[in-house]
Amino acid sequence: MAFLELNKVEKTFFSKETLTEAIRDINFSVDEGEFISIIGPSGCGKTTLLSLISGLILPTKGSIKLDGREIKKPTPETGYMLQQDYLFPWLSIEKNITLGLKTMGKLSNKTKKHALYLLREMGLGDKAKNYPNELSGGMRQRVALVRMLSTDPKLLLLDEPFSALDYQTKLKLEDLVFSTIREHKKTAILVTHDIGEAIAMSDRVIMLSDRPGTIQRIFHIPEELKSRLPFEARNHSLFNKSFQEVWKELESLEQTS
Amino acid sequence: MNKRHEHLQHMHLNYVKQLTREKRFVRLTQLVIFVSFFAFWEIATSRHWIDPLIFSSPGRVWNMFLVRIQDGSLLTHASVTLFETVLGFILGTALGTILAAILWWSPFLTRVLDPYLVVLNSMPKVALGPILIVALGPGMQSIIAMGVLISVIITTIVVYNAFKGVDHNYLKVIQSFGATKQQSFFSVILPASYPTIISTLKVNVGLSWVGVIVGEFLVSKQGLGYMIHYGFQVFNFTMVMLALLIIAVLATCMYQLVEFLERKLIHKHQV
Repeated sequence: MAFLELNKVEKTFFSKETLTEAIRDINFSVDEGEFISIIGPSGCGKTTLLSLISGLILPTKGSIKLDGREIKKPTPETGYMLQQDYLFPWLSIEKNITLGLKTMGKLSNKTKKHALYLLREMGLGDKAKNYPNELSGGMRQRVALVRMLSTDPKLLLLDEPFSALDYQTKLKLEDLVFSTIREHKKTAILVTHDIGEAIAMSDRVIMLSDRPGTIQRIFHIPEELKSRLPFEARNHSLFNKSFQEVWKELESLEQTS
Repeated sequence: MNKRHEHLQHMHLNYVKQLTREKRFVRLTQLVIFVSFFAFWEIATSRHWIDPLIFSSPGRVWNMFLVRIQDGSLLTHASVTLFETVLGFILGTALGTILAAILWWSPFLTRVLDPYLVVLNSMPKVALGPILIVALGPGMQSIIAMGVLISVIITTIVVYNAFKGVDHNYLKVIQSFGATKQQSFFSVILPASYPTIISTLKVNVGLSWVGVIVGEFLVSKQGLGYMIHYGFQVFNFTMVMLALLIIAVLATCMYQLVEFLERKLIHKHQV
């Protein structure tokens, strides 16, 4: 049985005037330790899909099962990382990274030490007493990563976590997130609009079609790229071939719509 | 290299000197205005440019101040009013914030109460004075109630809007950790709204003074509002002026206190 299973998932949003079908008939499964990227034209329901998996919203139809259990609300097993860090400006970095533990009632000396250890791992050990506005954008996103990892979730949901960063920081952070996730043996789903990022980081790339989002195609990334750090993968000779393949598919999608 | 550094330091020193000079000049001007106001007041009344019966004079006010301090009556009046104002202010702000929290909690209640809040907010609260007195009795309760009433509705509306305006993504962060509604409120909504709550405190300082003074006009036998009202009735404007000056001093102190609180409570990083 797969770690995460989506079965005929469908989500429609209602408002007084409109009815918006965000995604339709989504079926896929993710194995433990896999890294999946979801790409697609803007407004195709990528973020909706991620919110569904996190349990923040519920599907209109179909089921999402994590470790065999249906997701009905946010569980400690999943961690969520947003486009921006959204660190709480009124809390110190230390308080920010232990926020999840505190909310779950799991804050103890041991878990706090672990969170601070993760912070050191990100090269920010000396910033525990600082406040978010004293840190750069890249540092803040690293803190957000620690905040997510501190509760030790098994499934990480990354919603364009690098999109608000400058290019150089983004490349560095890709490597850091990638190796951290590998090291901790986590399963991850990354939503992105950057084809290169999707190829460089993941094992499989799921492309959604235009709204209502359905699965257009699933790309399997060659072994040579999977095993390498994102930055190295971007420079690999096979990278361009994969990129062209995904690019053409995306182009054809935009032409038909 | 060293020379360049010395030169820069010298320039910095000059810059700091310039700042100090400017600050001194501002303070001096403020002092001049203050002194000349009272000097002009004294001279104008002693030479009968303006009627001393109506405008009194700093000398007379000062004499009355000394007399009233000695017989203890001024202290009683001032402390009664201060007590009522502080209580009205605290209750008004606290109740307003609690009401706002209840509204945030229940969207149903918000929709139901919306028109009533609009009516209550546009209503001139002092007009309710007589009703309050009849209902609560002609005593301190009515005056405090007035101080509360005048600030509570506007506090509710402003703070509720602040609660609503908190960026949804902060909520998403904490909800992804499985936070309950209560946790969301106390970890995100409330701390994110501190700056707004503090700024309503500043407005409420002024409002509760209005409520309490008007309340004292209507019923009391004590207090600075009573002094003004009584002084007016017996045409003792020295008493009126004295009360006004005391109010000015006390209200300013209270405002400063709130500003001090603001610096303490609001994190310097939270903007």
